[in-house]
Amino acid sequence: MKTLRPVNVVMVGGGWTGLAMAKEITHRTSLNVLVLERGLPRKASEYMEGMDELDYSIRLKMMQNIADETLTHRHSMKDPAMPVRQYGSFLPGSGVGGAGEHWNGMSFRFLESQFVLKTHLKEKYGSRKLPEDLAVEDWGVRYSDLEPYYWKAEQMLGISGKAGNLRGVKQPGGNIFEGPRSHEYPLPPLKMAYAPSLFRDAAEKLGYHPFPYPAANASEAYKNPDGVSRAGCAYCGYCDRFGCMIGAKAQPSNTLMPILSRTKSFAIRTGCWIRKVVTKGGRATGVQYVDAKGDEVFQPADVVFLGAFTLNNVKLLLLSGIGTPYDPATGKGTLGRNLTHQVFGVATQVYFDKPMNLFMGAGSLGVMVSDFDGDHGFDGSEPIVRGGTVWMTATGNRPIATFGMMPTGVASSNWGSGWKAAALAWRDRVGAMGCAGEHMAYRTNYMDLDPIYKDKMGDPLIRFTLDWTEHEHQQRLHAAQIQGKIAKAMGFPYQEAKPTKAKYNVTQYQTTHVQGGTIMGTSPDRSVVDTNLRHWDVKNLYVMGASTFPQNASGNPTLTALATVYKAADTFVAAHGGSRGQKEKA
Amino acid sequence: MRRREFLSIPAVALGGTLLYTLRKEPFIVHAQAQDGIVNVPLKFFSAEEAKTVAAATARIFPSDASGPGANEAGVAIYIDRQLAGPYGRDKYRYTKGPWVQSVPEHGYQAKETPREIYKAGIPTLSDNFASLTPAQQDEKLQSMESTTFFRLLRTHTIEGMFCDPMHGGNAGMIGWQLIGFPGPRMSYRDEIEQYRSEAFRPKPISLAQLVGHPVKGWEEEAE
Repeated sequence: MKTLRPVNVVMVGGGWTGLAMAKEITHRTSLNVLVLERGLPRKASEYMEGMDELDYSIRLKMMQNIADETLTHRHSMKDPAMPVRQYGSFLPGSGVGGAGEHWNGMSFRFLESQFVLKTHLKEKYGSRKLPEDLAVEDWGVRYSDLEPYYWKAEQMLGISGKAGNLRGVKQPGGNIFEGPRSHEYPLPPLKMAYAPSLFRDAAEKLGYHPFPYPAANASEAYKNPDGVSRAGCAYCGYCDRFGCMIGAKAQPSNTLMPILSRTKSFAIRTGCWIRKVVTKGGRATGVQYVDAKGDEVFQPADVVFLGAFTLNNVKLLLLSGIGTPYDPATGKGTLGRNLTHQVFGVATQVYFDKPMNLFMGAGSLGVMVSDFDGDHGFDGSEPIVRGGTVWMTATGNRPIATFGMMPTGVASSNWGSGWKAAALAWRDRVGAMGCAGEHMAYRTNYMDLDPIYKDKMGDPLIRFTLDWTEHEHQQRLHAAQIQGKIAKAMGFPYQEAKPTKAKYNVTQYQTTHVQGGTIMGTSPDRSVVDTNLRHWDVKNLYVMGASTFPQNASGNPTLTALATVYKAADTFVAAHGGSRGQKEKA
Repeated sequence: MRRREFLSIPAVALGGTLLYTLRKEPFIVHAQAQDGIVNVPLKFFSAEEAKTVAAATARIFPSDASGPGANEAGVAIYIDRQLAGPYGRDKYRYTKGPWVQSVPEHGYQAKETPREIYKAGIPTLSDNFASLTPAQQDEKLQSMESTTFFRLLRTHTIEGMFCDPMHGGNAGMIGWQLIGFPGPRMSYRDEIEQYRSEAFRPKPISLAQLVGHPVKGWEEEAE
C-alpha cells in the first residue's frame, strides 16, 4: 500500500462539518488541512440543469449511490436484519458539500432543556412515569455555552427569521419558547406563502405562538462575515433534493468553498472511499482509503477528524476497532448507542376552496408552533414526557409527488377515470400539516456491524436495530390532536391525521436526521467523545456532526452540528497556538 | 443489435394542446391538427409490448371528459426510456444477496429489476390486451392491483404524465397544462404574496426552455 505525503490534519467527509472545521483550522492556525470526500466535485453552475423532479427528487441523483453502500435494519435483536435496498426513510448525500447542497435549510436552535435532558426529566418527573429503557443523556454542554456558536453559524449561513427571545425578553412573532439569543437573526423572515399564513392566523386565534421557520434560504441579498455574498431567495420551489440554482440557499459550495478554494493550506481530494482510521499506540496515525483510481493508499496525518454522515462516522470507528462497541444486553460499551431518528409521519389535511399555488415555495418556508415542543406546559398528566412542533410549510409541491392528493374516500380507486377526475378537482387545494417530535434515545435502539451484508469494498454494512415505542405513538396522537384544532380554526374542511401504531418503516421518508452512535458527554463510560468532540481513547481523533448528539431534538440538526463544531474549533485552535480571531490568509 | 421496433401513434393523439383555462375546471380541447402516424423508435419494448403497455397506462390515466391522459402524454414511451436506462437495470439499487423476503416495512426485497418485472408482467395482461374493450381491460387490471407489476405501472404512469418532456413523457407539456403546473421557473418572488386565493397559471416551460439548451435525462447515461 502506497503511503502518501503526511499532512497536519485529515478530514473525512467534505460536508458542512468537515469544511467548517477546515476553514477554522486553516484560517486560525498554521496547520494544513486535507479533506477527503467520497463523492465527486460539484458545480453550482449546473444546478439549474438539475431542476428536474424525476431525476433529482424521485430517482435521487444527488444522493450516495445505494448500490455501493447501504445499511441493514431490524426492528429488534430477535429479528433478522435486511438491507435497505432503495432509499426511503432518510437520504444520505454525497459529493463536495454533502447533504448541505440539497437540504431545505431549516436552521433551528435546540431548546435549553434538550441539552440537559436526563437531568431535566429526572427533576420534573422523578422516576415515576418515564418510558421503559429510556437512555437519554445530558450533552455536557449547555445552551448558554453554545449560544455564541449558534450565532456564529447563523451569521455564516445568513439565517432569515424572527427572534422569540432576545436576551431574556420575549419577542412577539418569534418562538417565545426558545433560549435567550444575543442577537436578532441576520436577515428578516422570508415572504410568507398563503397556506402557511392561514395556519399562522388560526394558531394565533387559538392562543398559540406561531413563528416563521428559521431559514438558510436568504430572504434578501446577504454578505456574511467572511465577505461571501449570496442572492435572495426566488421561491422557485426546488430546494430539498436539489442544489440552489441561484445560490440563495446556504450551501457549502456558496459559503465555505469560496473561502477554502483560495486558502493555500487547504486541499480537497474527491473519490476517496475511507476504510479505516489507522492507530498505533493509542494515537491515530492517519487514514487508509481507496482513491478515485481504485488504489488503496495510506494518508498519514497528525490529527484525524471524522465529518461523514452519522452512519459512516460510526461504521468507520467500528471497522477501525476504536472504542468499545455498545452491548444492549449489558449496557456496556458506548460506540453505536443512542441511535435516534425523528418523529414525523402525522399529516392532517386541510381542503381549500381555491387553488393555493403550492408549487411556489422555499425549503424552509412555513409556519410552526412550538407550544408543545419539549415539555413546557406539560403537567405530568399527559401520556408523553416530550412533545414536538406542529407546522404547515410551502416547500414547493412538484407534480409527480403531489398528484392525487385528495380527501380520503372521494375516489373508490387509485387509478382510472373517477380517480383522475377527483385528483384534478382537488389539485393544488390540499394543504398538509406536519409534526416533528423529539425522538428520545432507548437502550434497545443502536448501531453495530451487520454480520452478513457487505459494501462495495467488502466491508460489513452498518446495522440499525430500531423501532418506535409507545411513547412515539403517543407523540403522534398528541400532534394529530393539535393539528386538528388548528385545522378546525382555519375554517376549511379538514381531515385530522389518524396515526397508527405502525412499526419503523424504511420505505417511508421521515427526515435525514439520524443521530447518535458516537455521542458526546462528560464521561468515557457513557459517551464516545467529550464536549469538544475529542475521542476519549484516541486523543488526536475527533468526531463531528449529528452522530455526536445524545438524542434527537425536535429541530433539524444542521445548525446545532455547526455550533458544536465551532465550539470544538475554538478549543482546538487555542491548543494549537492559533488565534481566537478570524486571521485571514490568502 | 436487436431489430429496431416502433410504437405507432396517431399524431393527433400525441402531445395535444390545452387552453389555459385552469382558473376554472380544466377541460379537454382538441389536439394540434396533424395528420398521419408517428413512428416512435423503441429502446426497450417490442412493438407488441409497447402497445400493451400503452393500452394499460391509458386505463390507469385515461383520456376522457376530464382531459387528456397517458396516450397524449406518451407515457409508454417514457416507460420504454426508463427501462432502457440505468433505473431499468437497477444500477442504483442495492443488489447484493442473500435475497430474503421480509416484512413489508423493509420494502421491495426481490431480485427482479424493473425490466424483468415488465418482461414477466406484460404477458400476464393477456395476449390481446390492447384489443379488449375498456371494460374488459379495467377488469383485468383490477384483478392485478396487488401485484408488483401493477404498482410499478401505476407509479410510472404518473411519472410519465408529469415528468419533464426530456424524459419522453408529458409530451407537449400536456400533463403540466392539465394540472396547471408552470414547470421549472426561476422565480415567484413577485407572485408568492400576490396570488392569494387566485390561481397563478402561466404557460408552462420545460427545463430545456429554462436553461436555453437541451438537457439529458439520467436515462441517457451510458451503460
